[in-house]
Amino acid sequence: MKILPNRVVPLALMGLAVFGSALADVPQVSLTIKDQQFTPKQIQVPARTKVEIRVNNEDRFPAEFESSDMSREVVVPGNSTVSVYIGPLPPGRYNFFNDFNHAAQGWVVSTPQPSK
Amino acid sequence: MFAAAVIVFREVLEAALIISIVLGASRGVAARGRWVAGGVVAGIIGACIVAVSAGVIARSFSNVGQPLLDAGILIAAVLTLSWHNIWMAKHGRSLATQVKALGHDVQTGNKPLTALMVITLTAVMREGSEIVLFLWAIAASGATRFGMLSGSAVGLIAGSLVGVLLYRGLLFIPLRHFFGITSWLILLLTAGLASEAAGFLNQAGLLPALGQGLWNSSAILSQDSVLGQLLHILAGYTARPSGIELVFYLTTLVGVFTLMRTIGRPMREGKPQAAQKTETVSQFP
Repeated sequence: MKILPNRVVPLALMGLAVFGSALADVPQVSLTIKDQQFTPKQIQVPARTKVEIRVNNEDRFPAEFESSDMSREVVVPGNSTVSVYIGPLPPGRYNFFNDFNHAAQGWVVSTPQPSK
Repeated sequence: MFAAAVIVFREVLEAALIISIVLGASRGVAARGRWVAGGVVAGIIGACIVAVSAGVIARSFSNVGQPLLDAGILIAAVLTLSWHNIWMAKHGRSLATQVKALGHDVQTGNKPLTALMVITLTAVMREGSEIVLFLWAIAASGATRFGMLSGSAVGLIAGSLVGVLLYRGLLFIPLRHFFGITSWLILLLTAGLASEAAGFLNQAGLLPALGQGLWNSSAILSQDSVLGQLLHILAGYTARPSGIELVFYLTTLVGVFTLMRTIGRPMREGKPQAAQKTETVSQFP
């Protein structure tokens, strides 16, 4: 018995990716890894909103952007940029770190937006 | 050296536990050792390819290539494990009867063996690529080669040892209850992997979180504790699950359970003479 042909999974993922990029109305913030440190160490994001963090690793070797508070985990290869989507987050401070080098720590601070 | 030992241990442990459970669950199937070994080798090769092309993968699909790949590998593992469990629900009882009657492993055809290999491959590939990238990172930041190698060796041996212990432990379960228990273990494992896939798709911005952190049980059982980590690997325990992770977890749990009960219903109990026929397990409609 075959549950799904093997081709369906990659096709579905591609479909999802196209679908996802069509909805690209998400605020972006940038985060840089250089000399094994995050800059800035604290990122401000609007609360209760989905946000894209573009993590740019300017070091030559890989890092892993990880957060237990936000359950995020992604390898950022050397000299590369990856996108991590977070939220919507309730107001608060959320720790993140480089799992390949725990000396690098940072925080996402989500603050309520002024009332619309 | 310590950092290398810890991270290699963590990743090896995850793969080793998955492999020992599926090895246990396919007890009595002849030649499974060879197929699992094949899966390990293929997984290591796959891990190196993923690690070397990490840059290309990261940049693809608008910079969310890596979580997409992770989700894809996990979904492949979920489908294979589900299929394996449904197959075992159908054949487990007759396997147990035959193993008892014949006193040796049973030829079952290639289907469960291919599944075993795919599961092993996906587990080793996912965990292995992280090990390679991590070692690369610490090598570049100036760790000594000796420290790295000895740390990795310690982690590798310790992680595999826990896997062997789990497998040995499983074998203590009486044959009568054996496949019932292993199928529950696989069901929980599968649901955990499905929720992890949902987490990656959410991280890639493709699925809504449906509530980030529905609850926080860190105070009761931290995910960083030994027990928390083991439960995370074995049953997908998450201290702060998101809504979408919960939806995937429950859907997989209920869905696969229902399929096991319906299409995977055991064939009629084998009478002693039926146990002599080794072909009975080779057909799967």
